[in-house]
Amino acid sequence: MSPDAPLSRTALHPNHIAANGRMVPFAGWDMPVQYVGVLAEAKAVRTAVGIFDVSHMGRLYIDGMGSGDFLERLLTFSVKNLKAGRARYGFLLTEDGGIIDDTVVYQQSAEDGSKERYLLICNAANRESVTTWINQHMTGFPGVSMTDFTIESVMIAVQGPAAAALVDSLCVGEESPSSLRSFGSMSQMVKLGADASLVEVFIGRTGYTGEDGFEFVADADHGPALWDALVEAGATPCGLGARDVLRLEAGLRLHGSDIDNTKSPLEAGLERFVNMDKESFIGCEALKAQQERGVSQKLVGFQLLEAGIPRHEYTLFNDEKQIGEVTSGTYSPSLDTGIGMGYVFSEYSVLGSHIQIDLRGRPVEAEIVELPFYHRPK
Amino acid sequence: MSEHPSDLRYTKEHEWVRVGDDGTATVGITFFAQDQLGDVVYLVLPKVGSTIERDSKMGEVESVKSISDLFVPVSGEVLEINKDAIDHPERINEAPHDAGWLIKVKLSDETELEKLLSSDEYDQIIAS
Repeated sequence: MSPDAPLSRTALHPNHIAANGRMVPFAGWDMPVQYVGVLAEAKAVRTAVGIFDVSHMGRLYIDGMGSGDFLERLLTFSVKNLKAGRARYGFLLTEDGGIIDDTVVYQQSAEDGSKERYLLICNAANRESVTTWINQHMTGFPGVSMTDFTIESVMIAVQGPAAAALVDSLCVGEESPSSLRSFGSMSQMVKLGADASLVEVFIGRTGYTGEDGFEFVADADHGPALWDALVEAGATPCGLGARDVLRLEAGLRLHGSDIDNTKSPLEAGLERFVNMDKESFIGCEALKAQQERGVSQKLVGFQLLEAGIPRHEYTLFNDEKQIGEVTSGTYSPSLDTGIGMGYVFSEYSVLGSHIQIDLRGRPVEAEIVELPFYHRPK
Repeated sequence: MSEHPSDLRYTKEHEWVRVGDDGTATVGITFFAQDQLGDVVYLVLPKVGSTIERDSKMGEVESVKSISDLFVPVSGEVLEINKDAIDHPERINEAPHDAGWLIKVKLSDETELEKLLSSDEYDQIIAS
């Protein structure tokens, strides 16, 4: 993508402008980084319910007979044994085991087997590389096709302890969304607008904040009214700034910062999303070899023991020795300290050990801690 | 309408100076600066009793989004720092020209005040 290319706008762009959102370029999109303030928005999600426009993320249908077999070959988790409506998180890998993207795949096939379909969500910045990768590997699967419907749709994340009650209140179907388990999904009808017209919405119990929550996918035409209905029902509009704080507190990796095609799921501490026992997938052999010889670097989480915020590319030290680099960092309102993630040589990745971070020339002490930094109250 | 009171003086580095009638001045960051920074979470200020030179770095203000250096707008001796703002950095967002002040300085060269900007001049700079 050219840096001079005009920014894309989601269908919710007018809502953001009307709500005084501060717009910034993000992965080629003009997105709200905040409305009132990052910390107030993060707090709304931790204590009540917030909504995020995540329409910039890629939405792809993989359709047709054999699409399960096809995705099985591309993804680190088993797709074929996903029950109807269920979703999983995992990766598309290069042959070398590097992470092309992290993705959530929802099983949307008909229960009687008459139709096979999967919904794949990818990162905004990777939509092009993911669709190219999928197309490149489709030979040998004549029944399978891919439809990128990102532009024609919106995606809204509804997150927080009050999300379930709010989402239930908007839906009119017999089965309430709050009955979904984590990583379950359903289609629902929502009443929208002055004429209370019924609109179909796809709802998954997924998210990127460490809270309970849902993600809605709907036609772009209905997006603005859906957003307004969520705000009217009490949700706080939240920007990318709050999203970054919340996902970091929840220990969730961000592709392009914490993971990329030079890092494997083993180095990133994400092996639980790789099923080595299922049938072979691209990158599997490389991961097996890496598992056998061990990884030389590992992603760790760390918490600062002094004031300051670690930021992308700050150097990590053990005494005088450089041992790695910060990939993501922020101020954690839940812990009231600076927190971050980064790769260090494996011998320095021991939980509880102390490292130092160069904060613009000031060495600051930090402790390697278990991820996530934040657990939602049970 | 300007968010920047006309009774304050300003710098290009987004600090304001309120001149007292006893050869002292109070210093803070502007409404515009805090708005650009977003939620301030850490503040590093010079020590009370230290001598600070105009245009030199005197501290840091760090928000969730970014970190910025603070520059000395007027030379002198640091008489007081805002301990309340160090403990509650949100003061800087809530009231940048009042409760969110940073330091009080005993001026060593009052002619430096002439080099500061009026609110109109500062508004023009941030608008361009």
